Amino acid sequence: MSELPGDLKYTKDHEWARVEDDGTVKIGITDHAQTALGDLVYIEPPEIGSTVAAGDSCAVVESVKAASDVYSPIGGEITAANELLADAPETVNQDPYGDGWLFAVRPDDNAELDALMDADAYQALLDEEG
Amino acid sequence: MSDAKLIFEYSREGRSAHAQAPLTLAEADVPVHLRRQTPPALPAVSELQAVRHYTRVSQKNFSIDTHFYPLGSCTMKYNPRACNTLAMLPEFLSRHPLGPSSHGQGFMQILWELQEMLKDVTGMRGVSLTPMAGAQGEFAGVAMIKAYHHARGDHERDEILVPEAAHGTNPATAVMCGCKVKELPTLADGDVDLDALRAAVGPRTAGIMLTNPSTLGVFERHIVEVSEIVHDAGGLLYYDGANLNAILGKARPGDMGFDVIHMNLHKTFSTPHGGGGPGSGAVGVGERLLPYLPVPIVGRDDDGFHWLTESERPDSIGPLSAFMGNAGVLLRAYVYMRMLGRDGMRRVGEFATLNANYLARRLERAGFTLAVPERRASHEFIVTLKSEARELGVTAMDFAKRLLDYGYHAPTTYFPLLIPECLLIEPTETEAKEDLDGFVAALTAIREEASTDPDLVKGAPYSTPVRRLDDVRAARHLDLAWGPQAEQ
Repeated sequence: MSELPGDLKYTKDHEWARVEDDGTVKIGITDHAQTALGDLVYIEPPEIGSTVAAGDSCAVVESVKAASDVYSPIGGEITAANELLADAPETVNQDPYGDGWLFAVRPDDNAELDALMDADAYQALLDEEG
Repeated sequence: MSDAKLIFEYSREGRSAHAQAPLTLAEADVPVHLRRQTPPALPAVSELQAVRHYTRVSQKNFSIDTHFYPLGSCTMKYNPRACNTLAMLPEFLSRHPLGPSSHGQGFMQILWELQEMLKDVTGMRGVSLTPMAGAQGEFAGVAMIKAYHHARGDHERDEILVPEAAHGTNPATAVMCGCKVKELPTLADGDVDLDALRAAVGPRTAGIMLTNPSTLGVFERHIVEVSEIVHDAGGLLYYDGANLNAILGKARPGDMGFDVIHMNLHKTFSTPHGGGGPGSGAVGVGERLLPYLPVPIVGRDDDGFHWLTESERPDSIGPLSAFMGNAGVLLRAYVYMRMLGRDGMRRVGEFATLNANYLARRLERAGFTLAVPERRASHEFIVTLKSEARELGVTAMDFAKRLLDYGYHAPTTYFPLLIPECLLIEPTETEAKEDLDGFVAALTAIREEASTDPDLVKGAPYSTPVRRLDDVRAARHLDLAWGPQAEQ
């Protein structure tokens, strides 16, 4: 298992969140999640402009094994979805923390980010799940 | 015989099966501007070529009639030939659904008795046979739950609770019916988390969708508490009949507190399935939902049997099919139930459970890891190959593919999603002990191969008409249409 990026926040459902310079937050799934799902074949993006609450399911990642909901770690307005993934869903497998981001949210309340796990806490969760 | 050619690939211009063709073709009674301008893309082959092609294709069938087929959650049991033979009697096949009821009294009596037998074996108050498949039965069930709440002026209830181990069709049904899905966590021992359930119910709860035994292959022990919690909150209980085979004749959803249930008659009650249909998703309801059953239903009075339609049942959610469902599947279910009788149906549940537990314990003794080892299995159980995948690099999918070389249909793989690297194994009641022992020997041999020669297992299958398919490429580059025009 590769090193977890230290600048990200993590959820128990294996999403990550990164605060961008413009104040929006990019969301993706972790390396652990993409490994468990296997090769992704389709990604259903959220609707840009819609609003979500923390914990709402707002995107779907589908592999040959399973289709899984992706939950937004924070509430706010969806400002972008990664257009690259429509034709190249495998990007999430290849670069889950970089080009494989799923969507971006403009948060209503940045404090919600504090409730998420840091890399150490998420690593502990992974160790526990074995 | 490995022959993967399509019938179009034998085609040569001008060739045909002359003996099969009509002597003269009448002019079609279709206006000229509506007629197609190009001939249809039909294969031009000789009669013998067509016979050989389809005979070869039929010999590639991997079926319950030729092999053990432990496909978990699908109940691939043997369907007695008598069910098919009797359902195919010319008196049934020639019946026209628009014929008057007075000409179909025998057929209608069969449907009425089937309704009564299904009520008896499930503990429900009313049954409708019209849904044409499990998915339509689910739709009917949730539609009736909605109709019930609306009739009471209770318009705020739009949440359906679904355990995370549920069949994927349950949340899909809830969404199709305009409800929101609320997922419930499952405890490590397989039961629903009651504290989470108490926290999840409320004034917006329309109902809960449950399979019992659950997809984890264990009986939900707190079903009565689940029923109380949901009913106290004003919601109703939906029973997904996917795993009915496990409890047939032994326990009744109606007694557990369920308000509505769908039954896969094609699965539990004898119709060959797995090819996409036809099916039957008959629904049963308790007292509260009786007015909303889909129509038509067969009623009986002093004059005999007659159809109950929307005029007799104005609160019905309406018809779901052109007539009254898939008659052939209903006839097979009727014959199956009449042959078994009440005692026989109980033996179905008992032997399905016995076979599953025998197989589970044999595999456990052979060193395989059960997902829920502390619980008695229902009609199916889960083996997790997590440690094999980690230590040997050989996955559940590799095991499944290699099983084909040993002459076994693979169990269900990677379902339920909750359990990593899993095989969901359902032997059914119709397998003999020797066949179960053979399956244990095959899985044990594959694990031996996985530790000595993992590449052998990862490259499987070797004996099938086509080798391992690239499922990722197939999903990413869908190509569903093949015709002469698309040949290159």
